[in-house]
Amino acid sequence: MYKVKVYVTLRESVLDPQGKAVQQSLSSLGYRGVEDVRIGKYMELQFDDSVTDVEGTVKEVCEKLLSNPVIEDYRYEIEESANQ
Amino acid sequence: MKFAVIVFPGSNCDVDMYHAVKDELGEQVDLVWHDADNLDQYDGILLPGGFSYGDYLRSGAIAHMSNVMAAVKKAAEAGKPVLGVCNGFQILLESGLLPGAMLRNKNLKFICRTVELSVQNNETMFTSLYEKGEKISIPVAHGEGNYYCDEATFATLKENNQIVFTYASDVNGSLSDIAGITNEKGNVLGMMPHPERAVDELLGSADGLKLFQSIVKHWRDSHVVNA
Repeated sequence: MYKVKVYVTLRESVLDPQGKAVQQSLSSLGYRGVEDVRIGKYMELQFDDSVTDVEGTVKEVCEKLLSNPVIEDYRYEIEESANQ
Repeated sequence: MKFAVIVFPGSNCDVDMYHAVKDELGEQVDLVWHDADNLDQYDGILLPGGFSYGDYLRSGAIAHMSNVMAAVKKAAEAGKPVLGVCNGFQILLESGLLPGAMLRNKNLKFICRTVELSVQNNETMFTSLYEKGEKISIPVAHGEGNYYCDEATFATLKENNQIVFTYASDVNGSLSDIAGITNEKGNVLGMMPHPERAVDELLGSADGLKLFQSIVKHWRDSHVVNA
């Protein structure tokens, strides 16, 4: 069993209006030192033992569906987890 | 001419699109469920607006993996007109039939109002009945219509005259006020504004009707003898 954590974030070159609104809100709360906020997505995928190439599969699904390469980057962490 | 309106779970402009074609355009049209795998009998494919799969993950991301999309790609490759409106445009972007992607509107709000568009290119099968530079009134209704692409893609869009509609003034933060683009071949059009909601003066505007009439004219000119 593998637990995979996938982080999808907007590319640096892409403006993040949502992050900007949150940054402004933090600033108005008095947290003036928060220079920038970028909002992304966090996903957890659970793989069973039938998947032999976990890393290859993770990359494939990230590119095919979980992220849109035109505007987003992804990174992932793979952890072995015990059978439940 | 026979059209297919593709219906995904969560489409909500499918019936408007259906009636625009059937009642205002006077052509044949079927509603086709997203699991269909053959669209060979149709001369034109329409992807309607809505919130397919609840916009989960990204707008259009899940719908673009639907069974029917292979048939939509086949129709596009065969040169048939493929029109994606709003969520339909987002699905075309996700599927790679059109370049670029949608971001959230710059002001983070869902924008629902009639806007003015400029016809940038009237030499397409979708716009031949408009004048170049013509200003038309068409409603928009979207939260993610802020068109984005990288500089190289933008240069290609301009070079090939693929930018067909722009907003007359900034609506959602779209790059260069882009409201609608075609593929390089010119037979796939994606646009955020809803022409199917502007096909009769009773609806506030009939400016969208010429888009559908252009498609039919193009088809008649190439398929009907003595048209």
